[in-house]
Amino acid sequence: MYRYDEFDRAFVNERVAEFSDQVSRRLSGELSEDQFKPLRLMNGVYLQLHAYMLRIAIPYGTLSSRQLRKLSFIARTYDRGWGHFTTRQNLQFNWISLKDVPEILQHLADVEMHAIQTSGNCIRNVTADHFAGAAADEVADPRPYAEILRQWSSLHPEFTFLPRKFKLAVTGAPNDRAAIQVHDIGLELKRDAAGATGFAVWVGGGQGRTPMIAKKVRDFLPESELLAYCTAILRVYNLYGRRDNKFKARIKILVHETGIEELKRDIEAEYEALRAENLELAVPAEEVERIGRYFAPPAFETRPAVSTVLERARLLDPDLAAFVERNLTAHKQPGYAALTISLKGIGLPPGDATAEQMEVVADLAERYSFDEARVSHEQNLVLPHVRLDDVPAVFAALKAAGLGTANAGLVTDIIACPGLDFCALANARSIPVAQRLSERFGSPARQREIGDLKLKISGCINACGHHHVGHIGILGVERKGEEFYQITLGGSADQSCSIGEIVGKGFSSDEIVDAVETVVDTYIRLRTSPQETFIEAFRRLGEAPFREALYAEAV
Amino acid sequence: MALFVNGALVGEDAWTPAPADGPIPADRPVIVGKARFLAERDSLASRNAPLGLRLEAGEDLDGLEADIGRFALVVVRFPKYTDGRGYSLARLLRERHGFTGELRATGDVLRDQIPYMRRCGFDSFEITHEPTVRALAEGRVRGVSHHYQPSAVPERTAGLRWRRVSAG
Repeated sequence: MYRYDEFDRAFVNERVAEFSDQVSRRLSGELSEDQFKPLRLMNGVYLQLHAYMLRIAIPYGTLSSRQLRKLSFIARTYDRGWGHFTTRQNLQFNWISLKDVPEILQHLADVEMHAIQTSGNCIRNVTADHFAGAAADEVADPRPYAEILRQWSSLHPEFTFLPRKFKLAVTGAPNDRAAIQVHDIGLELKRDAAGATGFAVWVGGGQGRTPMIAKKVRDFLPESELLAYCTAILRVYNLYGRRDNKFKARIKILVHETGIEELKRDIEAEYEALRAENLELAVPAEEVERIGRYFAPPAFETRPAVSTVLERARLLDPDLAAFVERNLTAHKQPGYAALTISLKGIGLPPGDATAEQMEVVADLAERYSFDEARVSHEQNLVLPHVRLDDVPAVFAALKAAGLGTANAGLVTDIIACPGLDFCALANARSIPVAQRLSERFGSPARQREIGDLKLKISGCINACGHHHVGHIGILGVERKGEEFYQITLGGSADQSCSIGEIVGKGFSSDEIVDAVETVVDTYIRLRTSPQETFIEAFRRLGEAPFREALYAEAV
Repeated sequence: MALFVNGALVGEDAWTPAPADGPIPADRPVIVGKARFLAERDSLASRNAPLGLRLEAGEDLDGLEADIGRFALVVVRFPKYTDGRGYSLARLLRERHGFTGELRATGDVLRDQIPYMRRCGFDSFEITHEPTVRALAEGRVRGVSHHYQPSAVPERTAGLRWRRVSAG
């Protein structure tokens, strides 16, 4: 993991002092709410329906046990005993007093954490594959590059008042688990024929009210050019992105309205000029190596690829067997696995964890996973490096803490935004719908029968619940004071990225769960075999049979 | 309204805007808009008194590249402090076009943005917001002094490649 040195510590402490001063000027009335708003947003403080919300940055989703314990402490001390993990690998506390924020930030700084740029029209927390450094299919570890980008973008003097928020994601594997094609800049680490490291660069993806898949602007950008190229993209966006309408201000609209070819020429011209005048932006190999050392693989043991301990245990315990089948991911080191801890307990709000659960995960990370835990953009936690021999013990501890749900990647592994229960922007509730769907499909046999299926719920058109890229997406809307839910089908956030299409008119809150079940049953009826996943079947069949099934019944 | 140049409060601004109609005075420092400068570029060539340029929000440097050296002052207006285009303009002026004159931020210029503006190359601030005027006058406008990226102004390097420390 990255560790702060004196410089990093001084930076964060200065920032805490600066923001504390801004808070006291707001509390004294020197700053109006209007003047304070962008300042607090830059530090992750939102004013929500009931209270202030504080969003804490978890850079590329990586946490140590010490950090997780601190988050647990903050949940107990300043919130109501729980926190909410988000689709950008961050953590939100929903019941915070503004006056406590400086103190919380100091606690965070003590464990090398902060809330810088977790909101506002700036470069947001950089995200990466939650299996980075562990996944068997990885070309190279994306975290050193994500860390370089995090540092470079921190309080960047030029890019702090952009037209709109700006999100970067990095994947180190061809199987994209970081949803890079729905980010403002998506980076795919790869090697060229000579073995040199670089990136395919994608620009202008995003969700929200105008979902767009990013366009590829570079097939291979050498790693040394990372910052110069990102600076060029950001500068073109900062100067020419629309500022007249906040709903048209993301870079995806600039890409769309300018045309990717012309915009690419602008970016390339800016990049060439920047390179010529600012040699300091080049990323030297030594710097990649220096940062890379923080992410060196832990001291893995040489172990057999198959664990007889685990194989025997799973024969005896069907719950463990189900957990192993769904929640373990192949590791690059034989005898190890990356283990997903589902925060999608049946009938529970997606992404929430109690302070006690955070403690349990911290203990397990410390004991069994080289002191590391991860947050996934699918709102789960991950122990990245677990010996297969230890999986039965880890599972038993998780189960005892209510964290043993064996549903990773299944229909109940739902992404949902906070919705109208918390969010000032929402039109409809998301969490109760997620809870009812989770209960409807909660039986292990039913879920297994359905297989891989990504169900994602947003409570408004801003799409924080990623419904556009759900195999089945649900969008909450409000009509004449009543909540309705539209269904989108066929979205996907991985390397075969696609935006789901609205299938027809919306359903009431009472109808929506049945409607989703109709879609699922239609898939099961029409699939060629249980091996054909929902998204494969949908791509083969198109939406017609699903639309018929949904709306024929209503006639 | 108060004007700070290089950190010091300036009692009287030596610059005046060009009159909307009538000729541009030839005997004193005058600030012209981009359109007017481009329209009168040739007749301004023989001018001896200092010339300043004012860029309104949304105006860029296109068409001005060859003339930057003629200006002793460039004024960049921030219509709202959340409008960050001026930061990129400042860097382009300083780093691409080698502008060494006074670079002035005007409009909605507030205390918490000034440290960023300074790093992008602004050295002059025209302020209407009273608490900001007071804070500047009392030397209380200090941002974070540790930085992770090179900027448009000289700063002490701090060991590793991009790290910089400003006087704070």
